[in-house]
Amino acid sequence: MKIGVVTFPGSNCEADAVRAGNVLGHDVVRLWHKDTSLPSGLDVIILPGGFSYGDYLRTGAIARFSPVMAEVTRFAANGGYVMGICNGFQILTEAGLLPGALIRNANLSFVCKDVWLRVEQRTPFTSAYTNGQVLRIPVAHGEGRFIAPAEVLERIEGEGQVVFRYVDPAGSMTDAANPNGSVNNIAGIVNAAGNVMGMMPHPERYVEDTLGGADGCGVFRSLSAALETLVA
Amino acid sequence: MKTYTAHVTITLRRAILDVQGKTVEHALHSLHMPQLTNVRIGKYVEMVVQAPDAQTARDVADEACSKLLANPVMEDYAISIEEHEGAAA
Repeated sequence: MKIGVVTFPGSNCEADAVRAGNVLGHDVVRLWHKDTSLPSGLDVIILPGGFSYGDYLRTGAIARFSPVMAEVTRFAANGGYVMGICNGFQILTEAGLLPGALIRNANLSFVCKDVWLRVEQRTPFTSAYTNGQVLRIPVAHGEGRFIAPAEVLERIEGEGQVVFRYVDPAGSMTDAANPNGSVNNIAGIVNAAGNVMGMMPHPERYVEDTLGGADGCGVFRSLSAALETLVA
Repeated sequence: MKTYTAHVTITLRRAILDVQGKTVEHALHSLHMPQLTNVRIGKYVEMVVQAPDAQTARDVADEACSKLLANPVMEDYAISIEEHEGAAA
């Protein structure tokens, strides 16, 4: 599969995403925030973590107006897979490609540690996992508290758009396992069409045991499998 | 054209717990000021606006807020418009 990784001014996890794609045997091309067209044959676009535009005004608020985001929006509208990780998730909510918003962590602290995630839904981003599987994936963010208006929350819960929740190692949803105060322990969601996913934790950092863990591989394997199904 | 200053304050929506405000409130109480409650922390944006009249200046500021300065999912905003006296600033 061919993955495009966008770099915005202030992105700092794009190299991790590129490496993860390469390690798992995929073609990876780098995209630039000023790009006004996308390379042909792209299957997946990753918006990586970081502090685009210094997190000025709000996280992701300025990046969403980058020229490349018009292309990302068009790509998503045509059914292309888009994954936003951490700051990438924040950009997707600001751009309106995903519902809700991400605000300051409830404890006001930057959290940087491994967390446990429970896989909640079978989607093109999670089909390589089993539902209910518990993953160990790192988080590193100061503004990852997911919120949404009550009616929006009801809709995304009802439609099965919650992909990952923060849980304890045994898979139970507890307040202690929630690193940022996200409503309903939400760590990742998909859009209604199922082709745009955002998550605060970093699966691209855990694709090799030598670097701490490999539980993130499944996200890439899932996308690869989804694309093969499309071709077949 | 006249010159105005738009003063914009942006706060978290009432329905969202403002943890920063809560923390500051606790600090104020520990400084023996229990009469202070409902502390809310926000942002302040100031912009100079060229416009034929105050209403147009407000409309321009409102457009800036709805497009970029505030996110309606999480924030409310309030605008006040001040006309500059005399020559354009």
